[in-house]
Amino acid sequence: MEGSQQIINLLVVGVTFALYIGIAIWARTSSTSEFYVAGKGINPVANGMATAADWMSAASFISMAGLIAFLGFTGGAYLMGWTGGYVLMALLLAPYLRKFGKFTVPEFIGDRFYSTTARVVAVICLLVISITYVIGQMRGVGIAFANILEVPLTVGLISGMFVVFLYAVFGGMKGITYTQIAQYCVMIFAYTVPAVFISLIITGVPIPQIGLGSTMTGSETHLLTALDQTLVDLGFTQYTATEGGMSMLNMFLLTVSLMIGTAGLPHVIVRFFTVPRIRDARKSAGWALFFIAILYTTAPAVGAMATWNLLDTMILDRQAIGEEESHLRYADQPAWMERWGETGLLAFEDKNEDGRIQYYNAANEEFAAMAEEEYGWEGSELTRLDRDIIVLANPEIAGLPTWIIALVAAGGIAAALSTAAGLLLAISSSISHDLLKGVFKPDITEKGEMLAARLSMAGAILLAGYLGLNPPGFAAEVVALAFGLAAASLFPTLMMGIFYKKMNREGAIAGMLAGLVVTLAYIFTYKGFLFFPQLALLPDNADYWLFGINPGSFGVIGAIANVVVSFVVAKVTAPPPAHIQALVESVRVPRAD
Amino acid sequence: MSDSGNQPTKDRGEYWQKNLKIIAGCLFVWAFVGLGLGIVFADFLNNFSIGGYPLGFWFAQQGSIYTFLVIIFYYAWRMNKLDQEYDVYEH
Repeated sequence: MEGSQQIINLLVVGVTFALYIGIAIWARTSSTSEFYVAGKGINPVANGMATAADWMSAASFISMAGLIAFLGFTGGAYLMGWTGGYVLMALLLAPYLRKFGKFTVPEFIGDRFYSTTARVVAVICLLVISITYVIGQMRGVGIAFANILEVPLTVGLISGMFVVFLYAVFGGMKGITYTQIAQYCVMIFAYTVPAVFISLIITGVPIPQIGLGSTMTGSETHLLTALDQTLVDLGFTQYTATEGGMSMLNMFLLTVSLMIGTAGLPHVIVRFFTVPRIRDARKSAGWALFFIAILYTTAPAVGAMATWNLLDTMILDRQAIGEEESHLRYADQPAWMERWGETGLLAFEDKNEDGRIQYYNAANEEFAAMAEEEYGWEGSELTRLDRDIIVLANPEIAGLPTWIIALVAAGGIAAALSTAAGLLLAISSSISHDLLKGVFKPDITEKGEMLAARLSMAGAILLAGYLGLNPPGFAAEVVALAFGLAAASLFPTLMMGIFYKKMNREGAIAGMLAGLVVTLAYIFTYKGFLFFPQLALLPDNADYWLFGINPGSFGVIGAIANVVVSFVVAKVTAPPPAHIQALVESVRVPRAD
Repeated sequence: MSDSGNQPTKDRGEYWQKNLKIIAGCLFVWAFVGLGLGIVFADFLNNFSIGGYPLGFWFAQQGSIYTFLVIIFYYAWRMNKLDQEYDVYEH
C-alpha cells in the first residue's frame, strides 16, 4: 500500500477513536440505573439509532453483501430474518418489558416465574449467546485492521479494546448509547457513499435501491436481466431465480429462525429498557428498523453490483463468451485486482495457460464438459473470492478517492465495536446484577454493585480481547448457534410470560431447557459435540439432515419444542400465585393507576 | 372513550383484547408479505416485474423490509390511539 493512503487511513480511524473517547469523558455514570439502562432517559429516535448500531455487527457491515451476492435470491433469508425480527420485538416484547421497568432480561424471567433457578437458566442462555457473538465482532475488528489498514492484528485489537474500555467501563449504558449513535453515523456514511457511486457508474441512478432495478448506462437492458443472463452463460443459475442457493423449506425455516432469534437477543432487548415511556419503546423499535433498513436495503444492491463489476471486468464482450478475445488478459488486470490478489482474499490461476482469465461454474458438469470441448477451458481460474471483498474492495472498484477507502475501514471497526460494547454490557450486567446481586449477595450496596459492574465489564473486555487474539476454530459455526439458542430459549419464554398468564415456573424452566437441549442436540449431531468435527454423529449435508433441515435453520424447531413442553408441564403443575398474575396484568397496560 | 362509571378491570380486559386483535392483524401482514410473497409465492411472482426487479426477488430483498417498517409504525400509532381511548396513555 502507498504511504500516503496508509497515513490517511490511520488519520480517519484515529479521528473516530478520538470522538469515541470524547464521548466517554462526557458520559460518565454515577448510578446503577445510569450504568445498566442509561437512566431510562434516551430519546426514542436516538435509541433507534443506537439500537441499529448495536444490532448491525461486523458481519452485517463487512460480510452480508458478499453472502447475498453468493446466494442470490435465497440471500433474502438473511435480509428478511434480520429485519422481520423487529416486528416481533415491537409487537410482542419491547413495550411490556419496558413496562416491567427493571434492568436485565434474566431479571424479568426470574421475577415473572418467581424463581431464582429460572433466572440462572436465563443467565446461562444469555452468556452463551453473547460470548459466542462477541468472538465474531473481535474477528471483524481484526479484518478491518489487518486487511484494510495493514496494521498488525494485535495492535488493532488492543487499541480497539482500549477505546471500548474507556466508554463502557466508565460510561456503562449511557456511554455506550452515545458512542453507538456516533458509530452509526460513521458506518452508514461509509456504507452508502461507495454504494451511491457504484450505482451511479453502473446505472446512472444515485439511489442504489432504485439503481438495482434500473437499466444500465447507455443500454436498454436491465442490470438484473444482464446479470441473470451472464451467469447462465457461465453455467451458473440465474441471480434472481428461486432455484439455486438453499431449498425453499430451508429458506423458510432459516428466515423464521433468524426472526425469532433476533427478537430474543438480550443485548438488543435491553436497549428498549432505556427509553422514558412504553409508547417510546414501540416507536423506538420502528426507528431502529428505519436506521437498519437504510443499510439492509442497500446491501442487495452492493452485492449484485459488485458481482456485476467483477464479471464485467473479467469479461470484455459478454455476447461472445468462450471466444478468446472476450476474456480479460492477466496482463491487463486493473490495479484493485492486483492489490486484493496480494491480500490472498482474491486469487487466480491460469489453468489452461492461455494468459486470459476464464471464470465459470466448473461444478456444473454438463457446462464444464462443453466448455472444455468447445472453449478449451480447463477449470475456473478464479480460485478464491472471499465474500468480504464485495464490500471491502467496493471503493477501489468504483475508483473513489482514498479517504473513502479509509472510511470503509473506520465503518467496519465502528460496526464491530458498537455491537461488541452492547454485548459486553449484557454480559457484565448479567454477572453483577443477576448473579451477584440477584443470587449470591442480595444485600450489596449500590456503590458495591457499581464497582462489581465495572469490574465485570473490564473482565468481559479482557475475555473478548483474548478470544479475538486466539479465536476458536469454530467461531463462524457458533454465531448460528447464538441465533438458534436465542430463538429456542429466551424468545418463547419471554413471550409466554407476557401473553399467557397461567404460564408457571415449572413450565418456563422445562421449556427453556427443552428448547436449548433440542437445538444443541441437533446442531451437535451434524457439527460435532462442542464443535469438534470428529465427534459428529452424521455427515453435515442435506442427505442426512432430518427432513432436509439445515442445522442453522433449526432454531424455530427448538422454539416449538420449548412452547410444547412449557404448556404440557404448566398444565400438570400448580398455577402461578395471584401476585404474579397481577404482575402480568400490570405489564400489559402502559399506565398503572 | 373511557367511562368513569366502568370497572377499570373490565376496561383493562377489553383494552388487552383489542391489542391482541391489532397484533394478530399486523402479524398476518408480516407473515403474508415476508414468508408468503418473499418465499413461498416468490417463484410465481418472478413472472411479473417492478421496474427491472422480478417481483418475487423484490419482495425477498426490498419490499418485505419496507413492509416491516410500515407495520411497526402503524402499530405504534394505533396503540397510541388505543391507549387514549382507554385512558391508559402515559403523560
